[in-house]
Amino acid sequence: MPVMSYIQAVTSALKEEMQRDEKVFVLGEDVGKKGGVFRATDGLYDEFGEYRALDTPLAESAIAGVGIGAAMYGMRPVAEMQFADFIMPAVNQIISEAARIRYRSNNDWNCPITIRAPYGGGVHGALYHSQSVEAVFANQPGLKIVMPSTPYDAKGLLKAAIRDNDPVLFFEHKRAYRLLKGEVPEDDYVLPIGKADVKREGSDITIITYGLCVHFALQAAEKLAEEGIDAHILDLRTVYPLDQEAIIEAAKKTGKVLLITEDNKEGSIISEVAAIISEHCLFDLDAPIQRLAGPDVPAMPYAPTMEKYFMMNPDKVEKAMRELAEF
Amino acid sequence: MAVEKITMPQLGESVTEGTISTWLVKEGEHVNKYDPIAEVMTDKVNAEVPSSFTGTIKELVANEGDTIAVGELICYMETESDAGAAESSETVDKEPEKETEATEQDQSMKKRYSPAVLRMAQENNIDLELVDGTGRGGRITRKDIEKIITSGEIPKPSASSVQEEKQPTKVETPTQPVQPKPAKPLPQSQAGDVEIPVTGVRKAIADNMVRSKTEIPHAWMTVEVDVTDLVSYRNQIKNDFKQKEGFNLTFFAFFVKAVAQGLKEFPQLNSMWAGDKIIQKKDINLSIAVAKDQELFVPVIKNADDLSIKGIARDINDLAQKARTGKLTADDMQGGTFTVNNTGSFGSVQSMGVINHPQAAILQVESIVKKPVVIDGMFAARDMVNLCLSLDHRVLDGLVCGQFLKRVKEILENINESTTNVY
Repeated sequence: MPVMSYIQAVTSALKEEMQRDEKVFVLGEDVGKKGGVFRATDGLYDEFGEYRALDTPLAESAIAGVGIGAAMYGMRPVAEMQFADFIMPAVNQIISEAARIRYRSNNDWNCPITIRAPYGGGVHGALYHSQSVEAVFANQPGLKIVMPSTPYDAKGLLKAAIRDNDPVLFFEHKRAYRLLKGEVPEDDYVLPIGKADVKREGSDITIITYGLCVHFALQAAEKLAEEGIDAHILDLRTVYPLDQEAIIEAAKKTGKVLLITEDNKEGSIISEVAAIISEHCLFDLDAPIQRLAGPDVPAMPYAPTMEKYFMMNPDKVEKAMRELAEF
Repeated sequence: MAVEKITMPQLGESVTEGTISTWLVKEGEHVNKYDPIAEVMTDKVNAEVPSSFTGTIKELVANEGDTIAVGELICYMETESDAGAAESSETVDKEPEKETEATEQDQSMKKRYSPAVLRMAQENNIDLELVDGTGRGGRITRKDIEKIITSGEIPKPSASSVQEEKQPTKVETPTQPVQPKPAKPLPQSQAGDVEIPVTGVRKAIADNMVRSKTEIPHAWMTVEVDVTDLVSYRNQIKNDFKQKEGFNLTFFAFFVKAVAQGLKEFPQLNSMWAGDKIIQKKDINLSIAVAKDQELFVPVIKNADDLSIKGIARDINDLAQKARTGKLTADDMQGGTFTVNNTGSFGSVQSMGVINHPQAAILQVESIVKKPVVIDGMFAARDMVNLCLSLDHRVLDGLVCGQFLKRVKEILENINESTTNVY
C-alpha cells in the first residue's frame, strides 16, 4: 500500500471520483489552473479541463450557491472554500438552502453537494486562516459534517461525501495536509459517514476527539503508555450528526472521559458529546467529564506565544490525560 | 562567544517540513545576519533560509537531501556576542511548574465516591470502607473496584470471618443490625475479680452468638420421646459392639441417624436464609457440638443420611477425638446444614439452643430420664427424653417443624432389636 500525505489522499479521492462519475466537478478560488492554494486540486484541470475544474470569483456565497443549484439539477459538485474562515458569506446558502431543500420540498429535491474547506490553527495563520467553524453548522439537521484525522479516512470519507445524496461539509486540517502521512489503498474504497472509529484501545481513560487532535492524543498516549497509563481513543470522524452508540460505548469503557477540540470551548462539538455521555452513562462514570479546548476568545492570535497559548498541542493533551488518569 | 542553533523555518501555512536542497555556506564560513545559508524545497515553495545571526558556521547538522521538520535543528553557529542569545528562536516555553502533588497521606477524597464506584460496590456487596483507593487524595477509582472483583477477594469485616463461620455467607443482608451500643457503661471489675480477655475462640463464639440471636428470629418447640426400647436394645449390644469395633455405640448416634432420616423427609428444615431467597440444601451435613475446656467446636458429619448408625457412631467418635486433641481441620467444620446438640450429656432436660448461623434450625437432645408414664391406664417406668428444637421463623413455621419432630419421635420409638440394625 502506498504511503500518502493527507493532502495527497484528498487529491486522489477527487481524481478517482471525477474519473468514475462525469457529474463530479470541482469549483472554487484558484482550484483550476493553479491547482488550489494548498495544491489539493493539483492536476485536475489538466486531466478534466476547465469545465470540470472551475475557477470562480472571490465570492463564497456564489461558490456555494452555484454548487447547490448544480447539485439540485443532478450534478455532484465539490465546492472548495479556500479557508474555512471564509465560509461565512456562504452560510445562508448552506443552511437555508442546501440543508433544508429535501425537507422543504417533501423529498422532491435533494442537494448532493460536498463543500471542502481547510480549517484549524498552529500554522501562524492568524485570525482568517486558523479558525474552526464546525460548531456553526452542527445543529442544522440536513447537514453532515465530516472531519477526518488520517489520510486513509480522508480518502474514504471524501468519496463517501461525494456519493452522498445530501450536502456534506468536509473540513480538512491544513496542518495535517503535509504533517500526516499514512498508508492509503490505491483502489476504490468508501468509509461510512456517521461512524466514529476507535484509533487506540485502552482501559484507563477514554479520549474522544476529532481532526488533528486525534493525532495529538495518539502521540500523548504513546508517551503515557510508558508510565502505565493506557488510553482509549475514539475518533468521531463525523461530528454531525454524532455516532452516539460509539460515544456511549467508549465512555462506558473506562468511566474517565476527556474530550478534546481546538475550537473555542463553549458550545463546541465536544459540549454535545459531553451531554450525550451524561445522559446515558451516569452510573459508569468515575470522574467528571473533562473538556480540553481553545479558550473562549474570538480567534487564533498571530503572536507565536499567544498562538501557542490558544492552540492545542501534544503537551497540553498529555497533561490533561495524566491528570484524569490520576484522579 | 555563544553557540546558537538555526532551525528549519516555517515556510508556508501548511508546510511542516522542508528538504535541504543546497547548503550555501560551509563550516567555518563567516556570515552576516539575513545572509542566505541554505536553499530549501517544500512541495509548496522553494525558499532560501536566512541566517538569524552574524557569526561563523560551526557545524552543518543536516545534509543536503535531508527532509527536516519545521523547528528542527539544521546547523550550529558561533556568534560574536552573547547579545545574539536574546534573539534565539528557541524561546524556552516557561510552562508553569507542575504543582507539587498533595502528600501521599492525603485521604481527602477517600469518601468521595463516583457513580460507577457506588454502583459496582452495591452490585458486588463491597464495603467501600474496607477498600484502599489509588486515586488522587485516596479516592477509590473504578479500576480499584474492578481489580477487587476480578481477583474475587472482596474484603469482609474481620468480625464475620471467624472459625465457626466457614459456611459461605452469600449475602450480607441489609437487615443485619449494627452491634447495639451498650446504653449503660460496661461493668468495671473490682479488687479480687478475675479478668479474662476475650480472644480467639471465645471471641468467635461471642460474635457468632450475637449474630445468630440478633439476626435470626428464634422460635422453640419440644417433644417428649419414649426411648425405652432403644435403650434396652443399645444396652444389649453395646459391649459386644465396643469389642468388635473399638469405639462406643452412643445413644447420640441413634438420635443423629433419626434426625438425618427426618430431614430427608422434611428438607425444609435443611435450609438456609439467603436474604431474598431460601436455599434448600441437597446434602444432609449434620453439625455436632463438641465442647473442650473453654472452647466449643461444631464439626460436621458429612452426608449423614448415607451412613449407618455404626458409621455415624464412628464419625462422632473421630470428630470428638480430633476436637479434644486439637486436630480438627477447617474442612471438618465446613458445610453443616443442620445442628444436633447433645445437651443431655451435661444432664440437661430442657434447653433452648441458639441456631448455628446460617442454618435454619438446631435440635437439642436432652438427658434420657426414667419416668412414670401412663400407658393403657397404668403407670409404667419408661425411659423418656426431650427433643428441643429452635427454628428460624423466617424460614420455618410451627406446622412443618411439628411434623418433623413427630416423625423423628416415631422413628426413635420404633427402634428395637427386631426393627433396627446398627450396621
